Amino acid sequence: MNRFAHLLDALVFAPARNTKLRLLSDYFATTPDPDRGWALAALTGNLGFTNAKPAMVRGLAAERLDPLLFDLSYDFVGDLAETVALIWEPQTRGHNEPLHLAAIVEALQGAGRAEVPRLFETWLDRLDAQGRWALIKLVTGGLRVGVSARLAKTALAEWGKVPVEQIEEVWHGLAPPYPELFAWLGEGGPVPAPDTMAAYRSAMLAHPLEESEIAALEPSDFRAEWKWDGIRVQLVAGPGIVRLFTRTGEEIGATFPDILEAAAGLHVVVDGELLVRFGAEVAPFNDLQQRLNRKTVDRRLLEKFPAAVRIYDILFEGTEDLRSLSFDERRARLETWYARATPPPDRFDLSPLVTFASWAELAEVRAGSAALGSEGIMLKRRSSPYLAGRPKGHWYKWKRDPDTVDAVMMYAQRGHGKRSSFFSDFTFGCWLEDLEGQATELVPVGKAYFGFTDAELAELDKWVRHHTVQRFGPVAQVEPKLVCELAFDSVSRSTRHKSGLALRFPRIARIRWDKPANEADRVATLVARVK
Amino acid sequence: MAPKPESWIKPLPQGLFVEPGGFFVDPVRAADRAVVTHGHGDHARPGNGAVLATAGTIAIMRSRLGEGAGKSLQAAAYGERIDINGVGVTLHPAGHVLGSAQVLLEWQGSRVVVSGDYKRRPDPTCALFEPIPCDVFITEATFALPVFRHPPDEEEIGRLLHSVALFPERCHVVGVYALGKAQRVIALLRRAGWDKPLWLHGALMELCQLYQSLGVDLGELRHATEAKKEELAGSIVLAPPGALADRWSRRLPDPVSAMASGWMRVRQRAKQRGVELPLVISDHADWDELCQTLEDVNAGEVWVTHGREEALVHHAALKGRKARALSLVGFEDDEA
Ligand SMILES: [Zn+2]
Ligand SMILES: [Zn+2]
Repeated sequence: MNRFAHLLDALVFAPARNTKLRLLSDYFATTPDPDRGWALAALTGNLGFTNAKPAMVRGLAAERLDPLLFDLSYDFVGDLAETVALIWEPQTRGHNEPLHLAAIVEALQGAGRAEVPRLFETWLDRLDAQGRWALIKLVTGGLRVGVSARLAKTALAEWGKVPVEQIEEVWHGLAPPYPELFAWLGEGGPVPAPDTMAAYRSAMLAHPLEESEIAALEPSDFRAEWKWDGIRVQLVAGPGIVRLFTRTGEEIGATFPDILEAAAGLHVVVDGELLVRFGAEVAPFNDLQQRLNRKTVDRRLLEKFPAAVRIYDILFEGTEDLRSLSFDERRARLETWYARATPPPDRFDLSPLVTFASWAELAEVRAGSAALGSEGIMLKRRSSPYLAGRPKGHWYKWKRDPDTVDAVMMYAQRGHGKRSSFFSDFTFGCWLEDLEGQATELVPVGKAYFGFTDAELAELDKWVRHHTVQRFGPVAQVEPKLVCELAFDSVSRSTRHKSGLALRFPRIARIRWDKPANEADRVATLVARVK
Repeated sequence: MAPKPESWIKPLPQGLFVEPGGFFVDPVRAADRAVVTHGHGDHARPGNGAVLATAGTIAIMRSRLGEGAGKSLQAAAYGERIDINGVGVTLHPAGHVLGSAQVLLEWQGSRVVVSGDYKRRPDPTCALFEPIPCDVFITEATFALPVFRHPPDEEEIGRLLHSVALFPERCHVVGVYALGKAQRVIALLRRAGWDKPLWLHGALMELCQLYQSLGVDLGELRHATEAKKEELAGSIVLAPPGALADRWSRRLPDPVSAMASGWMRVRQRAKQRGVELPLVISDHADWDELCQTLEDVNAGEVWVTHGREEALVHHAALKGRKARALSLVGFEDDEA
C-alpha cells in the first residue's frame, strides 16, 4: 500500500505527462504482483467499491477525535479525505508487517457492508498519513490523480517495450489484477489472447496532409471521403454482445444505449464516426458533447441528441478478419454487408465516397465541406490494408483551412511543468459593439495555449509582465492592447463564456504586434460563423 | 507569594514587554533594550539599542542587518544567567536554527519561559531543545493543528534522492528558507551520503558560509549562476522559495520544483505553490512536539502565540492547564 500511496502522491503533484509516465513505469517495474495489477485497475477505473462511503470515514474520525480539533483542522485543510488521513492517530502500534494493496482489495471485495468500518479502522491504524490518504481516496472512489486509462496503458507499453496498440488489443480480454499482462510485459511471457469477439482492435490513423505534399501523390491511387466532425469509434457486435469503443480503446457503450440497442443482432466489427444526426443532417460537435462524458443518459437526452454511427470501414464480418484486404476490397465488402444486414438507417449509415478526377477538383469540393458538417477530406490509398497505429503513406486527413479571428488578449495564466515560470495560457476576447459599430466591451471567446514558438512565448511572457493591471493568484489581467490572430476549427454556442460562443481548438496563428486593439474582430462576426 | 505573571510580563503592540526589566523579547518595533530569541526577520528586527542574544544569533544579525543589528550587542552563552534590572535572564537552546534560544525570565520567584520558535527533533546545525520547567510557558503555535505531524527527516530526504535517481536528466531545485532550513537540508543531504557539490541561489550563499565559519560542515557549495546548464542535470539546487516560480529558475534544465517546509504536509498548500515534490521538513515543532513540550515543562499556565492558537489552547485546557491565546502582532507564518 505504501508504494501505491507514494505513486498516487507523486502523480498528484506531477504536472507533465512525461513525468507521470516515468512514475507509472517505475511503479510497474518495481512492484510485485498482484499489487501492481490492482493499482492498474484502480488507475484505469476498473476497481470500484460500493460498500464504503465518505460518511463512514467521517464517522470513524468522529469516534476517535475531539470535535473542535477536527473542525479546526478540516477548516484549515479543506478536504475530508486529507484531513482524516493527516489527523488520524494510530492506536495500535507495532504492526510491522506491511499492508498490501492486494490484501485491502481482497478483504473489501469479500466484506459485507457492516464489516467494512472495523476493517477500515484497522487499516487506518496500520498506515501512515500518505497511505491513509490513498486508502480513503481509493475506497471512496475519488482518485483524481490526472491519469487516464490511456496514459496508464502508455506507461505499460513503455515499460514492456511494446506498442500501446498491442496492449489495447488484449486489454478487454483481461481482468484485474492482470497477471497475464504483467507476465507478458515484465517476464517475457506469452502475449495474452485477445478476447476474440468482443475485443477492441487498434484503429488505423491518418497523417495530416500538407499542401506541399499533395503534388507527389497520384489521384487515381486514392479514394476520398468526408472527414466528419464527431468522434472516431469502433463498433464490435457479435452473438450476445455489443461494445462501442473510442479510438483509444475506451469503452463508451454505456453512454450510448441507442447505438448498442440498434446494433443488437449484428455480427461485425466496423470503424466509423459517432455523430449526433437528425436524418441526413449532422448536428454540430457541441451537440455530441452533450452526450459524451455522461455516466447515465435519460430519455430526454436520447431524443434531443440522437446518436448515430457513420461507417467507413469494416474490420471483421462475422468471424472473418478483413484487415489484410485492400481498402477497395473492404469497401466492397462493407457495402454488400450493409445492404444485406440492413441495420437501422437512423443509427447506421455509410460514409459516401467523394468522386474526383484531380486534386484541384477535390480542393474545390473540400472548400464546400463546411456546409455538410464536415471538416475536410480523408484520403485513403486504395491498396492499403487496415493497419494498426499511424503507418506512413496510407491515410491522410486533408483539412479545410482553419477559420481565423483577430482577438485581444485579456488574461494570462502561468503554465505547468516546463512552462511554470511563463505566462503561457491566454484568454482572448472580441468586442461587443454599439449601434454605430463602435467597440464597447471586450468579452472572452476562448483560451489558447499553443501555436507559438519558444521565442514567441518568451516575448508574450515579457509583454504580459509589463502590461499586467491586476493579479488573481496565478492569473494576470492585462491591458487590452495586444491582438493575436487565432486559428480555430469551428465556433459554436456556449454558456461557458460571456460572449455566448466557444471556439474549437483555438491556437495562436500570428501575434499582431502591429494591430490596434480596437480593430480586432467583433463578436458579431463570429456569431455569423456559428454552424 | 510570587507575583502573578500578567503583572510583570505584558503583551504590548511593540512586543512582549518585561516591565521590571525594562526590556522586550523579540520586539516588533525598535526598542531601547531587547532580548532576541533568534535571527529570523520577524524576531530579530533592526534598530534596537542594547541587544542580548546568543553569539550565534548575534553573528546572524550582523550578517543580515549590518549596523542595524543594534547599538550594543551582548552575547550570552546557553545557561548563563544575566541580570537586567533585577530580572534574571537565561538563554536555553530552542533547536530551531543556529543560535536560537528560549528565554527563561525569573523575577521574585516567578519563572516564565518564552519559547521563541522551536522544534524538538535533533538538527545537525543547532543545539537540541531543552525543556525548562516553569510557571508560565509562552509557546509558539505555528503548526498547532493535529494535522501537522512532521515525518522523520531521513524519509523526506530519501524521497528527494529517489526522485533525483528517477529523473537523472532533470535538475531538482529545492525551495528553502535562507536561514536555518537551507543549512539543515544541506546537512541532512550530506548525512544521507550526497557528497556532490550543491548549487545555491546567490541569496543563500552568505548565511551558508557563515554557518560554515561557525563550525557547521556543509561540504562543497557552488553558485548556481556559475554552472553550465549541462552541469546542473542530475544535480540539486537550493533557492529561496520565491525563486521557484521566478524567471531565475529558467536557467535550470527542466527543473523538478521541490519545497522543504512544514506547510507541505497539506496537499492543497503545496499544489497552490506549483510544487512538484513537497518535502515536509520543518524547523517548528509539530502538533505532537507542541503537546509533548507542554507536558515536559509542566507549566501551570500556558500562553499561546504565533500561529493557530485556538487548537493548542483547547488542547491545554483538555489536559487541565490554564491556557490563553496571546495576541502578539508582527509574526508571520514563515517557511521554516
Ligand atoms: Zn523562526
Ligand atoms: Zn517565527
